[in-house]
Amino acid sequence: MSWLTKLKTKVGSLGKRETTPDTLWHKCRGCGTMLFLKDFNANLHVCTHCGFHERIGPAERFAQIFDDGVHERIALPATPDDPLKFKDSKKYVDRLKEARASTGETDALVVASGRIGGVETILVVQNFAFMAGSMGAAVGEGFLKACAIAVERHAPLVVFTAAGGARMQEAILSLMQMPRTTLGVADLKDANLPYIIVLTDPTTGGVTASFAMLGDIQLAEPGALIGFAGQRVIESTIREKLPEGFQRAEYLFEHGMLDQVVHRGDLRKRLITIISLLMRPQKSAAA
Amino acid sequence: MSTILDFERPIADLEAKIADLKASVKAVTAGPNSMSTEVAKLQTKVDQLLVDTYSRLNPWQKTQVARHGDRPHFSDTVDRLIDDFTPLAGDRAFAEDAAIIGGIGRFNGRAVMIMGHEKGRDTTSRLKHNFGMAKPEGYRKAIRLMELANRFAFPVITLVDTPGAFPGVQAEERGQAEAIARATEACLNLSVPLISVIVGEGGSGGAVALASGNRVMMFEHAVYSVISPEGCASILWRKADKAADAADALKHTAQDLLRLKVIDRIIPEPMGGAHRNRDLAITTMGQAIEQELGSLSSLKPAELKADRRARYLAIGRI
Repeated sequence: MSWLTKLKTKVGSLGKRETTPDTLWHKCRGCGTMLFLKDFNANLHVCTHCGFHERIGPAERFAQIFDDGVHERIALPATPDDPLKFKDSKKYVDRLKEARASTGETDALVVASGRIGGVETILVVQNFAFMAGSMGAAVGEGFLKACAIAVERHAPLVVFTAAGGARMQEAILSLMQMPRTTLGVADLKDANLPYIIVLTDPTTGGVTASFAMLGDIQLAEPGALIGFAGQRVIESTIREKLPEGFQRAEYLFEHGMLDQVVHRGDLRKRLITIISLLMRPQKSAAA
Repeated sequence: MSTILDFERPIADLEAKIADLKASVKAVTAGPNSMSTEVAKLQTKVDQLLVDTYSRLNPWQKTQVARHGDRPHFSDTVDRLIDDFTPLAGDRAFAEDAAIIGGIGRFNGRAVMIMGHEKGRDTTSRLKHNFGMAKPEGYRKAIRLMELANRFAFPVITLVDTPGAFPGVQAEERGQAEAIARATEACLNLSVPLISVIVGEGGSGGAVALASGNRVMMFEHAVYSVISPEGCASILWRKADKAADAADALKHTAQDLLRLKVIDRIIPEPMGGAHRNRDLAITTMGQAIEQELGSLSSLKPAELKADRRARYLAIGRI
């Protein structure tokens, strides 16, 4: 990476939307209210004014969901960086470098193990900050690894989805992650292990049309955009305005696509209950 | 009048000239000899031009060939290859979706389940089949038919030809993504052979949902991709007129995909593309399907599932 790109990345990360000049305030993307950053963080990055759920990354998610935030990262298999030598207005390898520098992660999917309500659980988090969480070979292999570890340890798998869809720069190889990840889901089902999906903002395209919609239990965060086709594509196809709340979590719930829409503040508790019911059906309520 | 692609113009001009000459030969009763030599000369030129053009199609040209309206469609293929075809319709939940047609019938004597996208050919049939863009009910019907095939131990043949799954409000409401995910899952769960052929366009998730087979074949000039070149250009280049560049980058031709081991076999097309001789193209496809079915015939149900699994897990691994 040239010194110029490095500088650009640094400058770019300075301009992140959650920081305002004095870094004490956060401007809500939902209602525009200026919130005390401390309050906003304490409220799990949910607006204390309007309830808007801001996107969060793997580290925050792990901290919020696991018992005492304690977890261990699981190393994921290496995959070829740029198998097709893809170049659009920019080289794919350069896009990867930038995403790695700005997130500190290798790719868009992170896996960790820890306990949720005392039950060992494998947690998968898709990181929207890494190339829009898009699914290429690394994400596919990471997902398969998470499934394999869950089967090996007889643990439930919980996935927090967030993705614009397939990673176009891996073209057909990204498309192939749809059947590949589905094979991982099949292993969990064969082993009778709970496969729990939490759809977060936004989850669209090939990710929604594969592992993200195959959960035994489908939860979503309020207001999350969830769909197959992009809204601009749909608008240009039907040539009319989209209905209010279209493709939002509440809309999917109404249309029978989700079990529950759960506020981030209740997510951990809800997951504890679900995992306990599915993994310890005989356990007494008092234990 | 069939569609003439831009790069086919010189060929079409020559063919028109030959037609004119032939017409005048008919008109002139005496001494047609010099005329027929002229026709033969021109025909050789046309043949040469076809060979030259079609052996050097670039990815963007292939995209156009893959979309040609005269290519073999599902209905053409069934007419030619399947006896006693019995269409099976509806998802038993919401509607019948004519963008995906399916049914049982005999292929070379053996009972099979065959299903695939149908684009339609004239305005009325294109609208009826929604240009081959299926809605959730289409994929749910496909799942129902696959499960039926599984129970009766019928091999499944899927013919893929779609720009993609339909992007619409109602399709989203009824769970387009879920329907596609379940159809892919159904493909992978089959205990019978699943042979898929990408006949024209293999458009993204809408194609994968039917094409997650034991063997995936492609016609020589078909394309199979995560996104259309136009869509890719508008997202990554932010200009739709970069479609040709996007087509290059996407590596979506049969030749690229064979190299990447995403497909197992290329089905050769008649010289100048399948749209010039649909019947011959379909016959060749039938032979390829027969051979691939034969190669899977010794596998037991569990082995067929394991074969499919191994096939997909191997893709893209170092």
